[in-house]
Amino acid sequence: MKLFGLTSPFLVGNSRVTKHMIQLLLALIPALGALVYYFGYGVLINLIFATIVALLVEAFMLHLRGRPLKPFLTDGSAIVTAVLLALALPSLAPWWLTVIGIIFAIVFAKHLYGGLGYNPFNPAMAAYVLLLISFPVEMTSWLPVNSINDHPLSFTHTFQAIFSGQLPAGLTLDTISGATPLDEMKTAIGQSVDPIFVTNHKLYGMIGGKGWEVVNLCFLIGGLFLIYRRVISWHIPVAMLASLALISSITYFITPHTSATPLLHLLSGGTMICAFFIATDPVTASTTLRGRLIFGAGIGLLTYIIRVWGGYADGIAFAVLLMNMLVPTIDYYTQPVTYGHKK
Amino acid sequence: MKYPHDTFPGGLKLAGHKAISNQQTIQEAPLSKHFVLPLHQHIGEASLPNVEVGDKVLKGQKIASAQDYVSVPLHAPTSGTIIDISEQPIPHPSGLSAPCITLEADGKDEWINLDPVADFTTLSEHEIRQRIRDAGIVGLGGAGFPSFIKLNPHTHHHVETLIINGIECEPYITCDDMLMRERADKIIAGIVIIRRALRVKQCIIAIEDNKPEAATAMQQAIENRSDIGDTDVMVIPTRYPAGSEKQLVQAVTGKTVPSGGLPLDVSIVCHNVGTCYAIAQAIFHGEPLISRIVTVTGEAVDKPRNFETLIGTPINLLLEHCGSKLSEDDHLIMGGPMMGFELLRYDLPVIKTCNCVLTRISSSKPKPQPLPCIRCGDCAVACPVSLLPQQLYWYTRANDLEKARDYNLFDCIECGCCSYVCPSEIPLVQYFRYAKTEAMTIEAEKRKSEHARDRYDTRLARIALEKEEKAERQRQRKAALAASKKAAEAEKQAEQQDTPT
Repeated sequence: MKLFGLTSPFLVGNSRVTKHMIQLLLALIPALGALVYYFGYGVLINLIFATIVALLVEAFMLHLRGRPLKPFLTDGSAIVTAVLLALALPSLAPWWLTVIGIIFAIVFAKHLYGGLGYNPFNPAMAAYVLLLISFPVEMTSWLPVNSINDHPLSFTHTFQAIFSGQLPAGLTLDTISGATPLDEMKTAIGQSVDPIFVTNHKLYGMIGGKGWEVVNLCFLIGGLFLIYRRVISWHIPVAMLASLALISSITYFITPHTSATPLLHLLSGGTMICAFFIATDPVTASTTLRGRLIFGAGIGLLTYIIRVWGGYADGIAFAVLLMNMLVPTIDYYTQPVTYGHKK
Repeated sequence: MKYPHDTFPGGLKLAGHKAISNQQTIQEAPLSKHFVLPLHQHIGEASLPNVEVGDKVLKGQKIASAQDYVSVPLHAPTSGTIIDISEQPIPHPSGLSAPCITLEADGKDEWINLDPVADFTTLSEHEIRQRIRDAGIVGLGGAGFPSFIKLNPHTHHHVETLIINGIECEPYITCDDMLMRERADKIIAGIVIIRRALRVKQCIIAIEDNKPEAATAMQQAIENRSDIGDTDVMVIPTRYPAGSEKQLVQAVTGKTVPSGGLPLDVSIVCHNVGTCYAIAQAIFHGEPLISRIVTVTGEAVDKPRNFETLIGTPINLLLEHCGSKLSEDDHLIMGGPMMGFELLRYDLPVIKTCNCVLTRISSSKPKPQPLPCIRCGDCAVACPVSLLPQQLYWYTRANDLEKARDYNLFDCIECGCCSYVCPSEIPLVQYFRYAKTEAMTIEAEKRKSEHARDRYDTRLARIALEKEEKAERQRQRKAALAASKKAAEAEKQAEQQDTPT
């Protein structure tokens, strides 16, 4: 007989961190396909490169900290961080940008706080903000979507551009990159002319920004899959999208000629990837049900404020980090009433 | 009766695995040669042996008496000889030993003279309670609280609702299910007695909807009985842990029991169906609690089923009788897979609170090394008492037990839902058990040291007082001495003056 026994419960559910992470990655496939379609192979190259770098950095940090490699490398969290950061980068982001981002995400935003489960800030967003502030040019050089891109790059040219910085003869980053719908919106805010808001603008697609609307819808589909599979709960995405939709509807209703449509807000930039894949990161989000509603709504509101009145075209990353800071306070004040206790 | 409420939050929908053991009728367990009877099988004080080694006893004879108010006597499960009164290994999570009476059966299984009551209405409430106490009846649902106490509402409490617990929410266990199917009349008879003792108007028999046969049998038994009063069967959705007393109260009535309180605080009393049966046996047949239904199930037995088992029967006898295929790697569990505990020996006795002996279970896999908590909050969603297990875990790991108490550590019912859903496979319940014990130890130490300090202060004060009194006495003595000296001198002088020179 065994000397030391087990303790109850003896039944174990089939939920597992690694399983969650794998489903999360699966849910990103439609959006990945859309991004590659609209912005070229750079997205895929960045993603694979970022993943390899992330695993190396993670292994190095685990080794330094004397932690077992296998359970933590296979938990999938480093891969998810890498993939989310890579999807947020412009498709021609130079290799060193990815490396700096990943190192900052894994070393500083994750392991220096104690590794998986202990980081207060979303690692991918912390890295994104670091890169955006330090390398604004590289971080905002988005290619135009394929249908209006006059200089589509082949796989080899893309590879070269990323790893050696060399573009085909006669092209510079400036000539091939263009404004995103959110950039256009930022320029247009407050002006009486409203280029992006009218349907015949060249960046306008069917219901939102050209290309971006499809990418965002793909993230939405993946997100619904996650909710269906119970990998994430509906609270954060619904609260975030609802607050963003509400405030953009109000301003659009009051000043229709100088405000973007709510649909443009919902289907542009990082809205959907944030709602379903970034804000829902369990480690850095609020853990109580009411807290999650507040957390999500806060991100939606801050995103709108930064997009419209702030200094950056998209406010997702800042909104997430700001709300990450508030999580302990939110959690403290939204504790559920325990059985047998009075409110 | 319709199930009216939103019920409790959280909980789990678990696969029942009940069909493994409920396809066979209840059988009588084989008579063992030896019975080991722990003196402490209930909540409260252990019972005190009133027999000696070598004594011959009859089946049903009292062999240990209640020692205190919260205590019940113990009876011989069969006729035979007392061969030992000593510490023996008992079925307990600690795996430790405790005082036990060992009985060697003579094989005759000869009853003592019983004192059945034909018409229980001739008994006063007090007499009913006394008989139930003398029969050694404790809550058979698992807690083992002396039942007579729960039949004694104090004068300031008025019991409105009696809830009979036929939920049996733990997977695999079917002893209550089979008891309700086969002996519903006896259970109802027990309920009639309880109703009288409590003078309660309404009674609800709660049964989970995965036991339709049991619900039908109970409903039929109610209809067969004219003196049952307002009693209904309520079928409630199967969800673990609906059978836990607090969750049951919430599911059935919508009320919640105050933290640290009893259902009695909200005018409710709960009894298990097995207890009702035992009460009927005690009153109508005069039989004390010397046997109970035990489910023997799991994948390591060939013939899983329920046994009417004499208390003290060694578990390996039951396992052998069921065709045990237990191997070295298998775990043997007493109770259910969610709240039971592992037995480290096969020869431990069946006790009053043993509802199930569980062998190998298919879904229990070797637990991998836990990963860190990723704060997903699934545990908080699953918690039926609305705790935040992730916060409790955080503070327990940091040994900040004060904070853990602030997060209502002591309201945790250890149901295991949080551990079950945890994607990092953290043994949360184990952490909370540790935290509770540790917090209580600290509290006790604190009280002890406060007590010691008080005593020390009192001692210092007493010494100071004594010193003062001594000084005072000395001073008085000195003064008296001085006075008497003075007086003597004065006398002397006077004498000298008187004496003519």
